[in-house]
Amino acid sequence: MSRHRDVRNMDYTEDYDGYDDVYGHSVDDDYYISPSNRQFIFNRENSRDQPKIGEFIRTEQDIQEEDESELATDLSDLDKARLESCIEQIKNTLGPLTISKNELANIVISNSYDVEKATNTILDMKNVQTERKEKVPSIKVVASGGKTTTNVTKGFDISQKDTVKLNTTPRSQSPASGRGTPVISQTEAVSEDSKVGKTKENKIDIETQYKKERGESKEHLYMVVIGHVDAGKSTLMGHLLYDLGQVNQKTMHKYEQESRKLGKQSFMYAWVLDETGEERNRGITMDVGRSQFETKTKHVTLLDAPGHKDFIPNMISGAGQADVALLVVDATRGEFETGFDFGGQTREHALLVRSLGVIQLAVAINKLDTVSWSKERFDEISQKLKTFLRQAGFREGDVTFVPCSGLTGQNLTQKPTENELLTWYSGPCLLEVIDNFRTPDRPVSKPFRLSVNDIFKGTGSGFCVSGRVETGSLNVGDRIMVCPNRELSVVKSLFIEDLSQTVVFAGDQATVTLSGIEMQNVSIGNVLCDPQNPVQVSSKFQARIVVFNLTIPITKGFSVILHHQSLVEPAVVRKLISQLNRSTGEVVKKHPRFLSNNTSAIVEIQVSRPIALELYSDCKELGRFMLRVGGVTIAAGLITKIVL
Amino acid sequence: MKLIDKSIDKERQGYVTLVPEEPEDMWHAYNLISEGDAVRSTTVRKVQTESSTGSSTSSRVRTMLTIAVEAIDFDTQACMLRLKGKNIEENQYVKMGAYHTLDLELNRKFRLSKHEWDSVSLDRVEMACDPTKSADVAAVIMQDGLAQICLITSSMTLVRAKIEASIPRKRKNFIQQHEKALAKFYDNIIQGILRHIDFDIVKCVLIASPGFVRDQFYEYMFQMAVKTDNKILLENKSKFMLIHSSTGFKHSLKEILQDPAVVSKISDTKAASEVKALENFYTTLQCEPDKAFYGKKHVEKANEAQAIETLLISDNLFRCKDVNLRKEYVNLVDSVKEFGGDVKIFSSLHISGEQLEQLTGVAAILRFPMPELDEDDDESDGD
Repeated sequence: MSRHRDVRNMDYTEDYDGYDDVYGHSVDDDYYISPSNRQFIFNRENSRDQPKIGEFIRTEQDIQEEDESELATDLSDLDKARLESCIEQIKNTLGPLTISKNELANIVISNSYDVEKATNTILDMKNVQTERKEKVPSIKVVASGGKTTTNVTKGFDISQKDTVKLNTTPRSQSPASGRGTPVISQTEAVSEDSKVGKTKENKIDIETQYKKERGESKEHLYMVVIGHVDAGKSTLMGHLLYDLGQVNQKTMHKYEQESRKLGKQSFMYAWVLDETGEERNRGITMDVGRSQFETKTKHVTLLDAPGHKDFIPNMISGAGQADVALLVVDATRGEFETGFDFGGQTREHALLVRSLGVIQLAVAINKLDTVSWSKERFDEISQKLKTFLRQAGFREGDVTFVPCSGLTGQNLTQKPTENELLTWYSGPCLLEVIDNFRTPDRPVSKPFRLSVNDIFKGTGSGFCVSGRVETGSLNVGDRIMVCPNRELSVVKSLFIEDLSQTVVFAGDQATVTLSGIEMQNVSIGNVLCDPQNPVQVSSKFQARIVVFNLTIPITKGFSVILHHQSLVEPAVVRKLISQLNRSTGEVVKKHPRFLSNNTSAIVEIQVSRPIALELYSDCKELGRFMLRVGGVTIAAGLITKIVL
Repeated sequence: MKLIDKSIDKERQGYVTLVPEEPEDMWHAYNLISEGDAVRSTTVRKVQTESSTGSSTSSRVRTMLTIAVEAIDFDTQACMLRLKGKNIEENQYVKMGAYHTLDLELNRKFRLSKHEWDSVSLDRVEMACDPTKSADVAAVIMQDGLAQICLITSSMTLVRAKIEASIPRKRKNFIQQHEKALAKFYDNIIQGILRHIDFDIVKCVLIASPGFVRDQFYEYMFQMAVKTDNKILLENKSKFMLIHSSTGFKHSLKEILQDPAVVSKISDTKAASEVKALENFYTTLQCEPDKAFYGKKHVEKANEAQAIETLLISDNLFRCKDVNLRKEYVNLVDSVKEFGGDVKIFSSLHISGEQLEQLTGVAAILRFPMPELDEDDDESDGD
């Protein structure tokens, strides 16, 4: 029989895929696919729709065959040349492109060779594509459930979509099929088959519970404030809080008096967020300050990150908890330049938050009063930043620029009153911009994960850990496992911002009181997880990294500091497996001798002791990490394979 | 180390007699002695004697033994060297071929005979006996919640204490907890410094950290010293130096040793020169990748072309059990020297040596660029 098969022309890759899908597929995988887990599907299928820094997860599918010959032939030589140069420029700004050259050419022509416009069209196009995919399920909901609120109905579309999904079993979408060996997943599939019904129900429960708990209240948004040291982050936020009435008159008066005594009256607003004596005396933020305020539609938790270079580890742990970011830049002449050009933190912070998964950004151009609200200055800065942010992977539509002054309070909560500003600015004030942020989806139905970023003694018995719930939900009384030590513990109580809760969901900044475990057995960077679905623990993993600016190249055996959530651990780059083309993800070179600036590669990393981690394809939040050396961020990476 | 006696013939066979004087000499001895060598030293052995009535008594006797080394064990923390092997010179207590484990002791001479003294070992003897002592430096590397107390001697970096504490972050109305934990953490470090740093030997104590941790700690330490009237700290206040580092992990030592303020104080130590050499290698790799090679195969190729200007090699490679492999490395070193190249043997106990070891243990900066070698070669030394 086999003799008659057309072996020579057989498509092995296709064959293999099928094989992989059948065996490497577990019920678990189906279970994950649901519209609320859009990010998940989105990883695999739509990864190219989201412009990310360095385009990590780019697979072969992205490389589309280009038909060069079709390239608009009816152009004159001059036009052709213009076209070429436009394309070149667009490529330079956008970095790796996902659309074919042909499409690109058409776009350029339709925008009459305007690079700016064409770039925006391309970005918008991606935008539309993503959104289109997002919208499909919600239409369904309207038809069946009759619910119209967009964000809250997520619970419903799940159940709808699930029933459909169950029958069709979209195997091709099964994520992470390569995680286990085929044999294991097969047995898993069998054993878990019986459970399916139950877990499904459970999940719907969680979704409806989430809806019930959170449906009524305002949406919760976590915002991190970033920027170069002395850009005025704390002052800006302090003033905003004061204007919103979060700080009472008396306290403010006290701060004013005390700061005057120290001769630092300009820091009075910063004192709202900088609370330790150390920070106040030195006049810089050292650890992430927290506060909350409410806008028209949202409940915002503010994370005030330190800008100083030495405190970037703190900033990373703060930014890791945020949904959106506010980048503060100093408009004073010379100050912006030091912050932005080489050595400043403006760039590094923006790259960091982008690598940490923040896609929406507001840029507050602060201290504009020092340049007498000059429009030219505002334009100059926003122009410079726009180009950079585009390269860093932010979509134009997701970046908003706001002129303001933290010290005088112009354009924070109220429309501006300054005449010089009014003449040219009619846009929203800072508060409105914050209000306009979209809240990201919360992966509430995935297994529970919480990464610890603080441990302290609470008021009662036991002790508290706090951190962001990355995925899933947690109830009082649940059993949890603390990884990597794999110790079991019970949840005694839950708090969000000092308010007692019975349940917390993904995205919440929760404080968990634990019992049945010693305080010294939990450390910062540990992950609390569901004992049924524990997080993976390993000290070695493979990852796809994107290398930023380097002074010395990465070689085998390079020692780095690994930042994974709030965990900071020394690590070693064990092997350089292959160097990749940044845009296509093709292997350029196997076993390169070293990695230099702006390259992308697959490497193996070993951490000095086991840590809790996840594949990027399983859990975005726990699959990301950052590598730093000597106080500089040298690379961002995604975990692609865990070596046990 | 003191050299008492040296007798090496034309065939490079012979012995040296050495007296280790300080813990670091043990490290040198560890690098000198390889399997198969004969070591003669005084030791304590438990001897059983049987009397005519058949009852046996055991007693401990100090005796001189010569063993053929079979296993070498070095404890970095205690700086102890243990040699295990068979007795090759019979005496009244110990029979031929009986196993014995020698503990080399400070200030007791030992005689080491080798079948072949190669250039690397002879250099090592010379280096070990060099009387010009370089400054002993202690370093406290810290960040919030993590501190390490290290001793840096010319060929060793020893982590004496690692102090870890979880410090609650600052939060509204909960600042006391943060400050209390911090004070406790600092107290632990002060204890560590007092316990592990001998101010009679150490000429300089580096306190390194990111941010303001070091200033805060320094202030706190002397406040406490005044409060508790701690003479040792107060008398040695001038020895403390505050340096910036990016983290509190051990490999920040690399940055610290490059700090100009530190370099001026300890420029003669091997540690600092090693760090600099490795840094050079990395810079070359970045700017002119064709002039920086690493990995045994690549470096050997470069050596064949007489291209090596500086050879960086970890002493770990000379300690390997395989005699032929060791010979290969020795030949490499010899031929580089012959062609006028510079050879730097890194101590694997230093932070830079540790890194070099990760980088296959051997690297070279070339005089002229050489084309990169084929992919096939790369793959074969993938591990």
